[in-house]
Amino acid sequence: MAEKTSLINAPIVFHIGPVPIGLEVLTTWVIMAVLVGVAWYGSRRLSVTRPGRFQVVLEMAVGFLGDLIRDVMGAEPDTFLPLIGTLFLYIVTCNLSPLLPGVKPPTASFETTGALGLIVFCTVHILGVRRRGLVGYLRTYLQPTVIFLPLNVLGELTRTFALMVRLAGNIMSHELTIAVIIGLVGLLVPIPFMALSILVGLVQAYIFTILAAVFIGGAMGTIEKA
Amino acid sequence: MNVEMISILSAGIAIGLGAIGPGIGEGIAVAGAMDALARQPKATGTITRTLFVGLAMIETMAIYCLVIALLLLFANPYVHA
Repeated sequence: MAEKTSLINAPIVFHIGPVPIGLEVLTTWVIMAVLVGVAWYGSRRLSVTRPGRFQVVLEMAVGFLGDLIRDVMGAEPDTFLPLIGTLFLYIVTCNLSPLLPGVKPPTASFETTGALGLIVFCTVHILGVRRRGLVGYLRTYLQPTVIFLPLNVLGELTRTFALMVRLAGNIMSHELTIAVIIGLVGLLVPIPFMALSILVGLVQAYIFTILAAVFIGGAMGTIEKA
Repeated sequence: MNVEMISILSAGIAIGLGAIGPGIGEGIAVAGAMDALARQPKATGTITRTLFVGLAMIETMAIYCLVIALLLLFANPYVHA
C-alpha cells in the first residue's frame, strides 16, 4: 500500500518541527541549490572581451528566454525575464531530473506544480493591477459585456488549474508508463520511452513558460487576452 | 460488482472515452498547422509555437481524464484498503 500511495502522496523523509518534509521538497531544494550554484559559478568571472565557454552557454540560455518572451508578449523582456526564465529553468531541471537513477521529479506531484501555478496566478493579478490600476483591471473582467463576468472569473480559475494539472499529469503519467514498461520487459525496451520523456519534459516546460507569459501579457494588456 | 471492480472499470472507460475527443481535436489542429506551413513556410516559428500551445490546451482534456483514472486506481476515497 505504501508503494501505491507514493504515486499521489510524497513519502516523508524527515520532520522540521511539526512540518513534514517530503521527498519532492528535498529534491526541489537540491535542484534549487544546483541552479543557484551553476548560475553563481557561471557569472563569477564575466568578461566582455574574452567570454569563457560556460559564459557563452549561459548567454545563449538568457538570449533564448529573452527572445521567447519578446515574441510571445510583444514587450521588452527585462521585467519578466527573472520570473519566467527562472520558471523555465526550474521546470526543465525538474523534468529532466529522473534521468538520474533514483530521482523522482518534483514536477510529477501536484503540490509542486500547484505552487508554480499559484505563483503565476498571483503575478498575473499583481502586475495587472499595477499596470492598469485596480478599477481598470477589474473592468477587464466585464469585457465584452457584463454578462461575461462569471465566465471570465471561471476562466481565470480553470486556466490556472489546467496549468497545474497539465504539467503534473504529463510528467507523472510518463513516469508511470516507464514504470509499467520496466515491469513488463526489463532490459533495453524502456530506453526509447525514457528518450521520449526527455522530449515530453522539454515540451511541457516550454508550454508552461509560454502560457505563463501569455497570461501575464494578457493581464497587462501587452497582448490580446488569452 | 464491488467498489474496486467498478473503480477499475470506470478508470478504463474514463481514459478510453476521454482520449477520443482530444485525439480528433489534435488531429484537426496538426492538419491545419501542416496546411498553413505548406502555404507559408516562412511563418514556421509562429505556427509551431501557436500549435504547441493549442495542442497543450487540447491535451489538457485527456490529462484531466488521466488524472481521474489515476485517482480512481491509486487514491480512491471510497476504497478503504
